[in-house]
Amino acid sequence: MTVVIGFEGSANKIGVGIIRDGEVLSNPRRTYITPPGQGFLPGETAKHHRSVILTVLQEALDEAGLKSADIDCVAYTKGPGMGAPLVTVAVVARTVAQLWGKPLLGVNHCIGHIEMGRLITNAQNPTVLYVSGGNTQVIAYSERRYRIFGETIDIAVGNCLDRFARVIKISNDPSPGYNIEQMAKKGTKFIELPYTVKGMDVSFSGILSYIEDAAHKMLSTSQCTPEDLCFSLQETLFAMLVEITERAMAHCGSQEVLIVGGVGCNLRLQEMMGVMCKERGARIFATDESFCIDNGAMIAQAGWEMFRSGHITELSDSWITQRYRTDEVEVTWRD
Amino acid sequence: MAQSNSLKACVPAYLKEAQLIKQGAEARVYRATFLGRPVVIKERFTKLYRHPEVDEKLTRRRTTQEVRSILRCRRAGINAPVVYFVDYTTHCIFLEDIVHSVSVRDHIASAQTPQHLQALVEKIGEVLAQMHDEDVIHGDLTTSNMLLVPGAEHQHIHLVLIDFGLSYISALPEDKGVDLYVLEKAFLSTHPKTETLFERLLKSYSASSKKSSAVIKKLDEVRLRGRKRSMVG
Repeated sequence: MTVVIGFEGSANKIGVGIIRDGEVLSNPRRTYITPPGQGFLPGETAKHHRSVILTVLQEALDEAGLKSADIDCVAYTKGPGMGAPLVTVAVVARTVAQLWGKPLLGVNHCIGHIEMGRLITNAQNPTVLYVSGGNTQVIAYSERRYRIFGETIDIAVGNCLDRFARVIKISNDPSPGYNIEQMAKKGTKFIELPYTVKGMDVSFSGILSYIEDAAHKMLSTSQCTPEDLCFSLQETLFAMLVEITERAMAHCGSQEVLIVGGVGCNLRLQEMMGVMCKERGARIFATDESFCIDNGAMIAQAGWEMFRSGHITELSDSWITQRYRTDEVEVTWRD
Repeated sequence: MAQSNSLKACVPAYLKEAQLIKQGAEARVYRATFLGRPVVIKERFTKLYRHPEVDEKLTRRRTTQEVRSILRCRRAGINAPVVYFVDYTTHCIFLEDIVHSVSVRDHIASAQTPQHLQALVEKIGEVLAQMHDEDVIHGDLTTSNMLLVPGAEHQHIHLVLIDFGLSYISALPEDKGVDLYVLEKAFLSTHPKTETLFERLLKSYSASSKKSSAVIKKLDEVRLRGRKRSMVG
């Protein structure tokens, strides 16, 4: 049996999870929530993480009913993400690894999402749509790499949603995306927005500029409601995401889709993807918010796979990086 | 093909006899005959996942753009399938069937060594430069969307561009740069370890067009833009 503890804190979530051979023993998490109209800044986010990380760590151990001696490996997020929060989490991971005398393992955040999705859904070889506040990628596995077939050429889809939420002052609690999703259900009028697909790539910055400009004008003249804007934005962004996923599937001849990342728990996105899959006789796999949104268990799971295939990170190499592409990692644990 | 009866009722008569060969990202592709000629019919069917207004708008725009860009390419001497007929009510395009062709994707996958492919990628660079000089932006350049007609291979490579659904007309180096960027990513992710081949393609592109330096400069910019290199969260 191999037990891995994972530390994640690359953005505004801080989580510690413990995995024992595919079983999630514990996965507590905290979120740094900012007031409406504001995003999270690196320094303040790191401060939040520092203030709660030891509590979360204790919770993870207690919930799992384990002692430090039961842990085989300490995994942490090496990147990509915000610098200050990453450093905070890496310092704690390095410290406990040395205190407990356990090997360390730096994990790519995106690989964490993919491996967690595969574990929870049992998808074999899916085309992966990875959508979050910082990433928008369509990924497929071939020849020992998770290769990026399509991605955003500017901002991430979650970033577009978050920034729209700030424009019309939607609450960040529990997350701007969740609140947009609830408001969108009440939207009735469809407002035409730019639609920018470039092959398997997408672009969101033009849509954001357009809606930032149009929102106040249309709302002040009562041409539409905030709910209509949420609805139209979701319908447009998600149609683009489903389209590039389908294009990648057609290109790769794939019959499975896995949605991961924070935006992946949006039920409307899952529904649209499901309709697309049905049309082409493919299968869809998705997880709920506990595993879609950043969490410690996903780092533990990717760490578990890496540790079992012989990886460890020496203390001198246990740095973090804000830039770390999904396709930089050699996947030694899959055929 | 398996289809419900209600769907069958609204299927045009010509598609009932046609043979479905592929379901791409936005269209079904059939093989049939039209006035005695072998044709490929591309049917942009309703995408139920997207909002009807989005679907209607995209379908109409893409059908029109595809036909326009093919004509523009052909007029400039770039190989693309002949458009025989367009049915705007059912969003079907009747195209020349490029018989006995293989996709560049399959050709590269089956090639023994990269050396065999050098002439091919040079040809691709040349054709794309010519297309961009006509201000046609393909919009979905992948090795699946290029066909190779075998024949007298060494002297003359017969390359046919297909799938112009996302194409549009633009003279901006920015749009041409993104077009190449889209190809670069599709190329390198589909065919691992072909970086030098792609460099050769770009070199040939540069040599073939007078306007290429601005485009390549934009390509370098696009590569570094936004979150592609620095990914947060």
